[in-house]
Formats: sequence, C-alpha cells, structure tokens
Amino acid sequence: MTYSRRRFIKVSAGAAAGLAISFYVPNVARAVPAQAKPLPQPNAFLRIGKDDSVTVVLAHSEMGQGIWTGLAMLIAEELDCDWSKVKCEHAPAAPVYGHPTSGMQMTGGSSTTRGEFERYRTVGAMAKDLLVRAAAAKWKVAPATIKVEAGVMTSGTNKATFGQLAEAAMLLPPPSAVKLKDAKDWKLIGKPTRRLDTPEKITGKAMFGMDVQFPGLHTAVVARPPAFGGKLKTFDATAALRVPGVVKVVPTATGVAVVAKHFWAAKLGRDKLVIDWAPPDGGGVDSTKLIAEFRALAKSPGALAKKAGNVETALTSAKHHLEAYYEFPYLAHAPMEPLNATVKIDGDKCEIWTGTQFQTMDQMVASKILGTTPDKVTIHTMFLGGGFGRRATPTSDFVAEAVIVAKAAGLPVKTVWTREDDIRGGYYRPAYVHRVQVGTDDKGMPTAWDHTVVGQSIATGTPLEMFMVKDGIDGTSVEGLPDSPYLEKAPAHRVTLHSPRTAIPVLWWRSVGATHVAFALECMVDELAHAAGKDPLAYRVALLDGKPRHVAALKLAAEQAGWRTPPAAGRARGLAIHESFGSIVAECVEVSVDHKQIRVHSVTAAVDCGQAVNPLGIEAQVQSSIAFGLSAALHGKLTLTGGAVNESNFHDYPVVRMSEMPKVAVHIIPSKARMGGIGEPATAPIAPAVANAVFALTRQRLRALPLRLA
Amino acid sequence: MTPIARKSTLSRVIKLDINGKVREVDATAEMPLLWVLRDVVGLVGTKFGCGMAQCGACTVHVDGKPIRACVTTAGSVVTKKITTIEGLSADGSHPVQRAWAEADVVQCGYCQSGQIMTAVALLDHNPEPTDDDIDAAMSGNICRCGTYVRVREAIHLASKLKRGAR
Repeated sequence: MTYSRRRFIKVSAGAAAGLAISFYVPNVARAVPAQAKPLPQPNAFLRIGKDDSVTVVLAHSEMGQGIWTGLAMLIAEELDCDWSKVKCEHAPAAPVYGHPTSGMQMTGGSSTTRGEFERYRTVGAMAKDLLVRAAAAKWKVAPATIKVEAGVMTSGTNKATFGQLAEAAMLLPPPSAVKLKDAKDWKLIGKPTRRLDTPEKITGKAMFGMDVQFPGLHTAVVARPPAFGGKLKTFDATAALRVPGVVKVVPTATGVAVVAKHFWAAKLGRDKLVIDWAPPDGGGVDSTKLIAEFRALAKSPGALAKKAGNVETALTSAKHHLEAYYEFPYLAHAPMEPLNATVKIDGDKCEIWTGTQFQTMDQMVASKILGTTPDKVTIHTMFLGGGFGRRATPTSDFVAEAVIVAKAAGLPVKTVWTREDDIRGGYYRPAYVHRVQVGTDDKGMPTAWDHTVVGQSIATGTPLEMFMVKDGIDGTSVEGLPDSPYLEKAPAHRVTLHSPRTAIPVLWWRSVGATHVAFALECMVDELAHAAGKDPLAYRVALLDGKPRHVAALKLAAEQAGWRTPPAAGRARGLAIHESFGSIVAECVEVSVDHKQIRVHSVTAAVDCGQAVNPLGIEAQVQSSIAFGLSAALHGKLTLTGGAVNESNFHDYPVVRMSEMPKVAVHIIPSKARMGGIGEPATAPIAPAVANAVFALTRQRLRALPLRLA
Repeated sequence: MTPIARKSTLSRVIKLDINGKVREVDATAEMPLLWVLRDVVGLVGTKFGCGMAQCGACTVHVDGKPIRACVTTAGSVVTKKITTIEGLSADGSHPVQRAWAEADVVQCGYCQSGQIMTAVALLDHNPEPTDDDIDAAMSGNICRCGTYVRVREAIHLASKLKRGAR
C-alpha cells in the first residue's frame, strides 16, 4: 500500500458509547495503485465502535428487498461479530461504492447480493484479520492461537472484545489476501434471519426522502405538461401567490414550480396556477391507436436479435401452425412513497436527500445542472418507499428537477410529487406487442419459432444507450427470448425487434423484459400443449429436456400445488416458469372466476436462485414479486389520449389489495448453481400462470394484459 | 427567469390533542390533518401515499377509530384525541408491533405505519379476527411490496399476543 492509513483515521468522540472510530475516506479508492484484483477498502464498508457496535456501510439502497440485512450477514459471517450489535447505514455517493460489475453506484437488476457476495465477505474477513493481529500483538501470542466468537477474541487467559481493539486494529496494515470460510462453516449465510430495519419501520422512525425536514426547508410541487411532448407557453401565478404559505413560483425546465412553506400550501398554489400549455406536435399519443400500429409493425420482422436455421422455410413445412399476438400496456411503478428529492445548494456545493437507486447518475446530473463537479454533490440516500426501477432513471429525472427548482428558487427545497404526478409523470414499463408463430411436428413439438417484439427501447436516447443497445437491439426489449430453452428446442427460430419511438418516457419496471417475454413464452407453450393434446406440465418437461434445474423447479411447484389431484369444483390450475436475473422460478396457481372476475386463491412457487443467503428474505421477495406481478395481471393499464394519461390514482390504476392476495407457498430449492438474483425473478411467471389457469377453467385464451374475460 | 416572490401570511392557530399532548398548531382549519402532522408538527411517521383515501398510508386514530388523515381536515378533529404511529408505543412494544417484528412483515416500510394503525384498530374491536375480517379491515391499506401474506400472519399473531395466549 502506497498510502498511509493513519492519515485517514478520524476519531470522533461519541456520547455514552465512547469513542467511535470512523475512517471512511472515499478518495482512498483512487489512491490505490492499479492491481489485478485489488481487495476492497474495509474502512469504507465497515466501522467497529469502541462500544462493540458493528456498522455496515451499504453501497446499495434499501428499498424493501432486504439488503439492509443480507449485506450485513455477509460481513458478519466472516467477521464473527455479535449479530445483535450490527447496524447498517447507506453509503454516501462515492466511486469506492461503485457496483462490482458496472462501476456505477446503483441498485437494480436483482444484482446486489450476488454482486457483493465476494466483496462484503472479504471486508468482513479483512477486518477480522486486523482485529486478530491487533490482539496477537497486544498479548504477544501467535494469531493462530486466537479464537473469535460473537465479537470476542480469546487466547489462553487473554480476552478482548472487538471494540476494545478496534482502534489498534485500524492502525495495522491491511492484509494482502484473506481466505474466506468454507460453506460448511457458515453460521449466518443460509439461515433465516429477521430484518435489521424492522425496529424503525414499525415505529414510524425510519426516514424516507419524504420525511426530510430542517429549518428553512421549503416544499415545491411542480405543474408539468399534461401531455407527453407538451410544452409550457405562458403562465399566470397571481392567484397561486395569494395562497397563504406560498413563497415563490418559478418556471423550470419541466413546467412551473410552486414553492411554499409546506406541501399543502404548495399544492393549493399549484391548483391556482393558470397555465397555457402547447399541445404535443402531431396531437400526442393515443394508446389504442399505438397498439394497433404496433400490431401492424409486428407483421414484418424487425432488427435481428437471434437466428437459427431458416425459420420461414421451417414454418411453411411444419405439420401444424400456431400464431398469436400478445399485448401489454404501459405500466406505472406506483411505489408507495411518491417521488421526492430535497436539495440544498451552497455556493458550488450541493446536498441532496432522496431515495434513489442510482447515486452515480444523480451526482453527475446534479453537478452538470449546477456547473460543478460530481464530488461537490453530496447525496444522502434515505430509505426508499419502494423502487421497482422507478428510482433509477438514466436521466435522474426527479433529482434533476428538484435541483433545478432549488436553484431557481434560491432556497433549500423538497420537491414532492403527488400520486397523480406519479401515475401521469411517465417513465413507464413500455407497451409491447409480441407476434409469435410456431410450427410443430406430428407430435406437437416445435420445429420453427418466429418471435417478433414491438416496443420502445428503454435505453435509446439515454446515457446508457452506448452500453445497452447493440446492433439496433436493446437487450432489455427481448430479455429472455434469444436464450429461451423453448426457442432453442426448435431447430429453426428467430427473434426480431421493432423499437418505435414515442414521446412517452419509458423505464425498467420490476423484472424488466421478463414482464412481457415470460407471458408470451409461457402462454404460447400452454397453447402448444393444448394443441398437442398434452398435459401442460408433461409438455413443458419434455421441452425442457436438458434443463434439469428448470424441470426440478417446475415439478416441485406442480407437485406441491397438488397437480396430480383435481382441484375443487369451479377451480383450475395453471403453470408458468421463467429464468431471469440468474434465477429460475416456477409458479403453479389455482383460480376461480366469479362474474367474470378472476380470483387467484393460491400460488405455489419453486425457486432455484443458487446459494440462498437469507431464506426468510427470499420468501418475502417471492411473495412481493407475486403481488407486484399480480397487480399487472389483474389490473395494471395506463391509457393515453392526446398524449395525456387518463388514469391518475389508485382508484383508476388499481393494485392488488389484501382481499385479492392469494396464499403463497415458497419452496427454495437447495442449489449449488451460481447465485442468481431474487428481487425480481418471481414477478414474471404469475401473469402467464394465471392466464393459463383461466384457460383451463373457461377455455378462453386471454392474450392481453391485464386479463379481461369476455 | 426571475422568481416571482411574495410574503407568506399563514395565520390561524388551532389546538390539537396529538398522542396525549395538546399542541397549538399554526394551520388553517381546512388543512388536512396529514400535512398538519407532517409539515407543521413534524410527526413524519404518518405517510402521504395518495391524497384521496385510497391507500391508507396516512391512517391515524381519532378517538380510537382509524381515519385517513389525508382527507380529514384539522378543523374537524380539534376536540378529539389523535393517535399516530409515534403515539402507539415509545419503543415498538405494542403487541401489534411485536407481532410485526416476529413475522418479519416490513419491506420498504413506507405503508407500514398505516397498516399497523389499521390493524391495531381492528384488534381493538375484534380481538380474534377471521381471514375475512382481516380482508374487510385491511383492504384499504395498499402495500406495493406485497407484504399482505405476512400482515395477515402478524394480525393473527398479535391477536394471540394481546389475549395473552403466548
């Protein structure tokens, strides 16, 4: 190491807890000379206090998915600390916290636990090595004689807690290499572990972006164009400024911001604004027309994403032929916490408090607006009241707007979105149409599969385009198709993509491409099974020959749901399986229909996500993903007229409530496979499983989401 | 673009009994209780989710009954007892909170104040709710993380805790 660690140590006096050693220095990372695979900087990720507290610094954002517990488990496993002393906090935005894969500080792609599995365990092991060496030096014994258990080190009659030797340990040079535990020695990893963020979340003490308050802070709400593509022409703020509590009205890049002493005044002020908006060029998007255009586009192949054999010839010569169109609407994420960001500008420095999934981009975008450098922008990541992708925009839209408002107002401002702003504000799961043509042999097995996807690219036109769009293909638009085991089973297959542009901002939405790809695949396979006169489970198992993990998950879900025994009268079962984010999830549902209303009674899920870190958290994420996917299956649909979204709040953009939530049984398959993600993969199979069950019950094939019986 | 500025003139003072403490609050009678609690009093445990009594994130108790603070004016509750999540227990020791912890309910946590306040009110008047009772009482509280399975489990558990069965 070419730098002095001592230089970076900051000792701050704590209260009753005694001294806490805080030695986080983001710039350390840049000072490290280039190595093949440098070890992480343990001081950036972990603090051990004199009071024996163990503070884990999270490079990712807690948005419900449970990393506040899972990442801590990784460090604690190797550190052998007292689990009851472990606390977490969000890291500041700094290069040292870049994602091990992308280098950017972000949370998404179900990538946190698997992405950090090495780094966080290594940090724990490095810290333990330092502590043990500090004890060895103090006691003049060999490090190997020291036993460590629950944060206490012993050697013969010598005994010390981590806190007692933390200061000495931090003065030692870090190890050049550490050996991680064998899986058989794990005490925490793989054990169901309750969440560490529960105490503050059941008492109202957890601080979300929305909850940030300090003297002098104002609240803004912004009037934005009602139609995508619309622009501000003129506005009259006279009446708005008469509202008690309204302080300023400022035009912004996105509309007009009303800045007030509190939210309510700002909202009343916005209601009083008189604004003349220029309508979008060409009249704006009409969603019914758009879907019709997408269907027309789907009739011809688009840009080639995958090709094997000659699919056209194979289709012509196939024994049987099936063709279907599947339709998917725009969807809002609708996290429970409406978007917000608090911005305080001080000269060339800026502080931002927000729940974000994308600190690196927020920092860059804010610094650009302010004409400063990213290191001058401090980001305080608060708890996220749900993310689902909405809080990771390549344009940092809601942070950028808040910075612009605070700059224009010349005041510290929290910009708050209403629910209506959220539902109508864009950054949706894009609308898609799939056209699927399959040719089969005399046994009903696919010989040709031609799959065309039509839908907006998420990455095109954003700073991420250069990384995510290759040869005209945005990988997220066809995610899970080119490598689908079903397509691979057909000797001739083709995947093509049309990416029409519209004025509607689109974004990843929990499980991204899988939200539509899995539905098209699993519904078509169900149609093929039916056409072949085969049991949907047996047909899938035959198609998935050579994919033992898929087959095991599918069989387990079906067996546990009682596939072999008939369901109760008036009920039917449906199946779906999909691999995404490195994990395989099979779901078997049981449904009934009453007055055309679909009721999902139970979901049995089987999950192969590789090594399970926290089974209790995995179960929660599967339940969560099923609820999220079920909202889209049963309800989710945004419609547009003249470029404006017609829906506005939970009364016309409904989501699953308690009364609609099925019983969920989650079976985690013990697996030695490479670790996959778990925040998203259980989302995609639910809609096709329900559609397939509805077909089994009613003989109606529902090929558009949300599912609506005729 | 020069901002148009104007001096603020918030005027009225009203008295509210919040968590057993009567406070003089700088707010108009028409202001929703939610924003009085959050932006004037500084009790931010009660959340804003929809602003139209659709999601239940803002649920507080008024004289022991669960109400949606986003559509309840401050003026309508001046003589009543208001209880927020902060007033439920100082340390999370209420049986419903203990059950929530044991069942590991929370995910993002944003809706949980409202879920808990609704569940507390349910158990106060129905100590042994059935699943149907839970559906009826809790369906006004949306959770986008879909913690419903564990919310249900926790309510059954809290029922047992309250009755001293465990």
